[in-house]
Amino acid sequence: MIQTPAITPPRAGVALRRGLAGNPLLTVGGALVLLIVLVAIFAPLIAPVPGDAGTATHPFEVLKAPSASHWFGTDQVGRDIFSRVLFGARVSPVIAIIVLAIACLIGIPLGVAAGFLGGWVDEVIMRVTDVFLAFPPLLLALALAAVLPASLTSLTIAIAAVWWPWYVRLIRGQAASVAGRPYVEACRALGISRLRIIFRHILPNSITPVLVQVSLDVGGVILTASALSFLGLGAQDPVPDWGLMVAEGQSYFTPDWWLVTFPGLAILLTAFAFNLLGDGLRDLLDPKRSFLP
Amino acid sequence: MKGLTVSDLAISFGSRQVVSIDELSLGHAEIVGLAGESGSGKSMTTLAILGLAHTVGATVSGSITLDGQELTGLPQERLREIRGSRIAAIFQSPSTAFNPVYRVGTLVTRALRLHGATKSEAPERAAEAMRQVLLSPDLMRRYPSQLSGGQLQRVAIALAVALRAEILLADEPTSALDVTVQAEVLDLLRDLRESVGMSILFISHDLAVVAELCDRVAVMREGLIVEQGQASQVLSAPANPYTAELLESVPKLASAT
Repeated sequence: MIQTPAITPPRAGVALRRGLAGNPLLTVGGALVLLIVLVAIFAPLIAPVPGDAGTATHPFEVLKAPSASHWFGTDQVGRDIFSRVLFGARVSPVIAIIVLAIACLIGIPLGVAAGFLGGWVDEVIMRVTDVFLAFPPLLLALALAAVLPASLTSLTIAIAAVWWPWYVRLIRGQAASVAGRPYVEACRALGISRLRIIFRHILPNSITPVLVQVSLDVGGVILTASALSFLGLGAQDPVPDWGLMVAEGQSYFTPDWWLVTFPGLAILLTAFAFNLLGDGLRDLLDPKRSFLP
Repeated sequence: MKGLTVSDLAISFGSRQVVSIDELSLGHAEIVGLAGESGSGKSMTTLAILGLAHTVGATVSGSITLDGQELTGLPQERLREIRGSRIAAIFQSPSTAFNPVYRVGTLVTRALRLHGATKSEAPERAAEAMRQVLLSPDLMRRYPSQLSGGQLQRVAIALAVALRAEILLADEPTSALDVTVQAEVLDLLRDLRESVGMSILFISHDLAVVAELCDRVAVMREGLIVEQGQASQVLSAPANPYTAELLESVPKLASAT
């Protein structure tokens, strides 16, 4: 019997802690994302004037500059902007997550089918995808959102409709490269069914770039959603959407700069946080650098 | 007839025929070498035997029988049951033949489960097979990247043993290994033939290895078997000029004979 030293791979928890220690991007990004999630959950408890996220108006508090009582000032109908920005964490990030979930649900199965099966399946799926990719995404989303009634649901659908083709592209390339690896051939030689090969072998080996792309795209979707809300195609007042707040505040920008600035900073911070998280995840999941599967 | 027989096998891509084998057989507990240069059709022949030639776009005609049962023309469902459980294959590069995201033990036990082992039985059979290929069953807890090429090739062989495969198709199993590890793997294959009566089709371009291991040898060139016979005879007194040429290219063997 050949003796082997007892090296066992680190347990997931240990590996995660090690990964975090050597990965400041992930730590900072993760902390910021956690902060945003907590704000979204506890907004009613933290917000000084929770009612201002809705239809409340305060005629005597209109357009007050930031102060001790209103940290971020008040808007054109006297609502506390700080409260609205906090409640905004419940709007844009949630839209982003739903959009990306839809994009993955459509993109991953199609991409894996195209990459693994190849042949005419690949051709059909990729040509259809190319048609979608041929339109500038923002314009296509704009057109869709304009056709649908202005609401958060329409906004979500419009963005998801332009987002999924990128995921098909991404995972198709991965799946095609994994499909040609010797262990997939070994699976076939072992009499393992195609469905099992796809779920156990192709997916786990091609999902990493998608996870990273998703976290990077959260920022992109929030910006797109904000842009569409800004153009009046998404959220409607009084929904405390950051993009909408920027849009409505722009006519007051001079001299009442705080209407635009604070929601804008919230968008920036969220996009930045998810980008950091995405970069950190990419480093952590890089198989060349870690034992984590 | 016991064992594996291939007759009138033709493999083609479109109208271009790449392999044409009149007769090739592998008896019980026999080791047959399939030698030849790169591109001579050795690996395509293994793929055809596994019933997987269509995955690379080739079409197969002719007859491949296992213990008298015809394999060509069987539906993929039936072939899937035979692949792994009766005919197993090991490949050239063990380090890429394992999915890197699973522990090797997971891969082995899962394959056993798919071929009918019960939940409690599978890990036991896997551990037993690991011992049989002289590996510690503890290694099953590791990821493929934590094992050496030689160890991984043994795990691959252990899997074939655990599945109780009668036929092992070994496609250049030692080409990626260094010489000492290669010798260990060859010893192991020889042992398996003795202890469990496994029949091995050993594919290699290395005539020295073929001479050392095989009972019979078939030499392939451009898709045809140019010479076939007892290994000692073919390799000491080749009848075909190509075989002689191949032998010439192995300096050590030539000076020894």
